[in-house]
Amino acid sequence: MLSYIARRVTLAIIVILTVIAAMFVMMHAVPGDAVRTALGPRASEAMVEAYRARLGLDQPVWVQILRYFGAILRGDLGQDAISGTPVLQVILSQLPDTLYLIAGAMLVAVIPGIHLGVVSATHRGSLFDRVTSVLSVSVMAVPSFVIAIYLLLIFSIRLGWFPAIGSGDGLADKLHRLVLPSIALGLAWIGYLARILRASMLEVMAENHVRTARAFGISQRRIMYDYVLRIAILPTITVLGMGIGQMISGAVFAEIVFGRPGVGKLVYDAIANRNYPIVTGTVLLTTGFFVLVSLLADLLIAFLDPRVRNVISR
Amino acid sequence: MSSAAEPSPPSRRRRPQGALSRLVSDPLGLAGLALIVLTVGAALLADFAPFEPSKLSPANRFMAPSGLHWLGTDNLGRDLFSRVLHGARIALAISIGATALSLAVGLVLGIVAGFGPRWLDSLLLLVMDAMNSIPTVMLALLLITYTGPSLWAVVLVVVLVNGPGYARIARTHVLALRSAEFIEAERALGARFPRIVFFHILPNILGPLLILAAMDIPIVVGIEAGLSFLGMGVRPPTPSWGTILFDGFSYIRDSVWMVVAGGLPIVVTALGFTFLGEALRDTFDPKLAKR
Repeated sequence: MLSYIARRVTLAIIVILTVIAAMFVMMHAVPGDAVRTALGPRASEAMVEAYRARLGLDQPVWVQILRYFGAILRGDLGQDAISGTPVLQVILSQLPDTLYLIAGAMLVAVIPGIHLGVVSATHRGSLFDRVTSVLSVSVMAVPSFVIAIYLLLIFSIRLGWFPAIGSGDGLADKLHRLVLPSIALGLAWIGYLARILRASMLEVMAENHVRTARAFGISQRRIMYDYVLRIAILPTITVLGMGIGQMISGAVFAEIVFGRPGVGKLVYDAIANRNYPIVTGTVLLTTGFFVLVSLLADLLIAFLDPRVRNVISR
Repeated sequence: MSSAAEPSPPSRRRRPQGALSRLVSDPLGLAGLALIVLTVGAALLADFAPFEPSKLSPANRFMAPSGLHWLGTDNLGRDLFSRVLHGARIALAISIGATALSLAVGLVLGIVAGFGPRWLDSLLLLVMDAMNSIPTVMLALLLITYTGPSLWAVVLVVVLVNGPGYARIARTHVLALRSAEFIEAERALGARFPRIVFFHILPNILGPLLILAAMDIPIVVGIEAGLSFLGMGVRPPTPSWGTILFDGFSYIRDSVWMVVAGGLPIVVTALGFTFLGEALRDTFDPKLAKR
């Protein structure tokens, strides 16, 4: 088990290092001159050179790579190009709002998603199953920003049930304002979870121990929740781990549409201001966060699933 | 032959007879086809749009839908129906073009990884893993910060996001096929590498990849619209559903129809391709149905 953890952690570290390298390559390989884009067409040659020197872009490439890696590994993501505050500090100040949003979306997704998956698998082929299946596919297909705008239009602007802008003050207000963005972000994942869980449950339901439980006359409900769901739920942990990564993407839109502070809004505004250190810093940090969540999901599965655990320790 | 799990060479027997009729008999497939016909029809008919899509008409700002302006007009007095029709062209061109390009890139990378030396295979896998670890929108924002917003930047984002997935699947198939008996036989007969790739590997891996690509099209439509919505994709005044939706969002309190005109086509197209993809998968490849 320990060697598995070590292997998995090493892999995560290698992936992060590769991401850093890939980002470096991207920044240097993409067509166009970042410095000129940043300064605009009217910048003089001297200004361009000065800015280049400030970013260290006048150094040989290998010096730049070493500096880049060295700084990031020390936790130095650079300074906000406008305020001069360390990038890490700026991002960390915005992170909680985004995490609340993702947690809200998870809550929206997990509870209905699991129940729909269980009922669909239990009543396979029924009208309920078919309707759930079509609805699941539909909510997965529609981009979350379209859902966000329609929710805003219907429930904030037309019906006036929810405030349209901001993250609010005080717990009740904060929660109230979290409802619509969380639904916008989580809706697709209800469908995704229901679908994955249904498939996974159907697989477990065909196994011998479930048949044995049935032969012993244990109630259907108990079999489904105690015997089948306990095993079938495991793949959804991996999916949720990936889901958090996707939700970081969706959060950008939800934060813009609902005028909420957060990492997504931060990076969006940073791009408008050509604040490169904030953009690269946010991308690195959210990627690191995503890799960490996937790692935790994998380790959790190894810990929870005796079958995986046995394969690993063998 | 002991290789039941190996993909077998294509044969007529595997193509189900009357697949199209089976597809159409599936209500989901039929609904998908109908929605796609609507989108493709809109793109084809764009030349016959009642108004010039980018023509400003300040006197006609914020007009509600009427017999003259079927979907109303926007904040600059442009006819929304005409813009939506032209937007269909942009959405379809980018999504199909960018998907085809990612498929091509993925195939090449997958074949290189599958046939190449072990270290190259590991390196490619690692880089693909790393690319997939960057949240899509973050990757897009990072790239576009450096390239500036353009149609090509959107295509590049799509290739970076979807290419690795195709590469992975192509690689898996190549690894399985590489030592298959019919390939060995072909090699013993003196076939060269290109012949093996084009006549034996490609026909075997293209089917499942094409179905996956069809299912990815709604995602790409979403990426294009999303980036245009953020002002980082198609540049105004070119009509994109994403920019129409953003204009609508900016005036959401004044005119509902702008948001409807921008959002509904995205919903219709996304649902159309998704439904069709689901039905295609069930019809042609039951093995994939669990995914």
